[in-house]
Amino acid sequence: MIVAEQKPLEEIKSMLAPYRKVLILGCGTCVTVCFAGGAKEVAILASQLRMATRLDGDEKEILEATVQRQCEYEYNEEAADLIREADVVLSLACGIGCQTMNQQFPEKLTLPGLNTTFLGQPTEQGVWEERCQACGNCILALTGGICPVARCAKSLLNGPCGGSQRGVCEVNPETPCAWQLIYDRLKALGRLDLLLEIQPAKDWRTSRDGGQRRIVREDLRL
Amino acid sequence: MTDTNGYKAGSRLEKLLRAGYFVATGELGPPQSADRSVIERKAAHLRGHVDAVNITDNQTAVVRMSSIAVGKILLELGIAPTIQMTCRDRNRIAMQSDLLGAWALGMRNLLCLTGDHQSFGNHPMAKNVHDLDSIQLIQMVRRMRDDKVFQCGDPIKGQEPRFFIGAAANPFADPFDFRPYRLAKKVKAGADFIQTQLIYNVPKFAEFMKRVGDLGILDDFYMLAGVGPIKSLGAARYMATKVPGMEVPDELVERMRKTPKEKQAEEGIKICAEIIQQVREIPGVRGVHIMAIEWEEAVPEIVSQAGLLPRPEI
Repeated sequence: MIVAEQKPLEEIKSMLAPYRKVLILGCGTCVTVCFAGGAKEVAILASQLRMATRLDGDEKEILEATVQRQCEYEYNEEAADLIREADVVLSLACGIGCQTMNQQFPEKLTLPGLNTTFLGQPTEQGVWEERCQACGNCILALTGGICPVARCAKSLLNGPCGGSQRGVCEVNPETPCAWQLIYDRLKALGRLDLLLEIQPAKDWRTSRDGGQRRIVREDLRL
Repeated sequence: MTDTNGYKAGSRLEKLLRAGYFVATGELGPPQSADRSVIERKAAHLRGHVDAVNITDNQTAVVRMSSIAVGKILLELGIAPTIQMTCRDRNRIAMQSDLLGAWALGMRNLLCLTGDHQSFGNHPMAKNVHDLDSIQLIQMVRRMRDDKVFQCGDPIKGQEPRFFIGAAANPFADPFDFRPYRLAKKVKAGADFIQTQLIYNVPKFAEFMKRVGDLGILDDFYMLAGVGPIKSLGAARYMATKVPGMEVPDELVERMRKTPKEKQAEEGIKICAEIIQQVREIPGVRGVHIMAIEWEEAVPEIVSQAGLLPRPEI
């Protein structure tokens, strides 16, 4: 899923300073399950902002709504009346939802209330970890299902660097070394042969480096 | 095509190794400024005492004078440089461009590294590159030299850069069982020589070398064992506990602790010379790489105590 975190309240207040009537627009998909921008977080932030702006002597009118998926026009359309009524929209979706809103309602500015952090997995209650960089050319078949592009701090493709010790990454002792995980997994699977092959330089064109990516599926187009 | 008389690069380091000499290389950390005199001062301690000098590439991710620029200064001072190149700061375009320039300026030895993560340095907010990893860098440099092609496959029309290619190995990092194989991958990719992380745990290094020997590759590359003097008890403790991928046995820390403070530097040099003599006995070790960064003045005493003087002429 896309994992995000709410921006600090001070930053949000400063973005909203020029506006009086604000719609906080949540999203019911990824950011709801990572507790960053669903209906509950919209309600909490709305209360915080009402209180904070009243204390600051500049009370704002805060509207609230949450749509199923802010990255799709048809869901945002359901909130169109509130969107038009507000001076500004504060999106509690990921960066995709926020951009969709700006594109769909060009006369209205939609501001980001979240920092979109990564594509990840909830590994335990209250903990999310990055798992994918969307490099566009998946190599999990070579690495025992553990991605070194996303999980190695140096995105190494041929084994661990010299900083791997006691199973952890030199960059952060709380992060397991991705290559230790890969080694252990391939050993358990009896596939260490995969690590002996030299992986050649990666073609990064399928990644962000090739420019903005786009998929066109002719079989699905109308 | 340059006439290299059967040598890959024809550097002094390569010739000495090929001739069977036990080599000694040193290391010089460039200044965090544009001050040439710092290099001249450090170089004076190394000249005549080692066969080639590695110049670090922004080590620990702290901005320093460029390795290639310092290499040029060392050439002017009559010292054979080994430039270092990490994958952290440059993509394959910048790397190849720098390598063409470095060769044209007279550099002949190159050490290919992954690079310390920028979070250790003075610009932790920087973007890192890692377009290639160290093994892919080795492969690229070898193909530029032996196949006369750029990484993309285009031919190099005209003089190709011919480097004596080095790589690093850390016998003390994990997983230990994989480390000999990783070294073998580097040799297969094209590494001509290997310099190791600082060795203080000699038995563990010997075990590592035995496993490398078991892979049947000891004749395919030159192994230079990494050594370095410990300046003080504090330094010993720091390396033992704080430096990722480093192993300092308790006995050594204890030996430094028992030494009076004013004698610790001297003791550190003595330990270093002892380790050189020990690693020299390990099959497959063809030389030592002495890392006395920010303590270059210790090198003459180390090589003297280790019985490595005078250095051969070739």
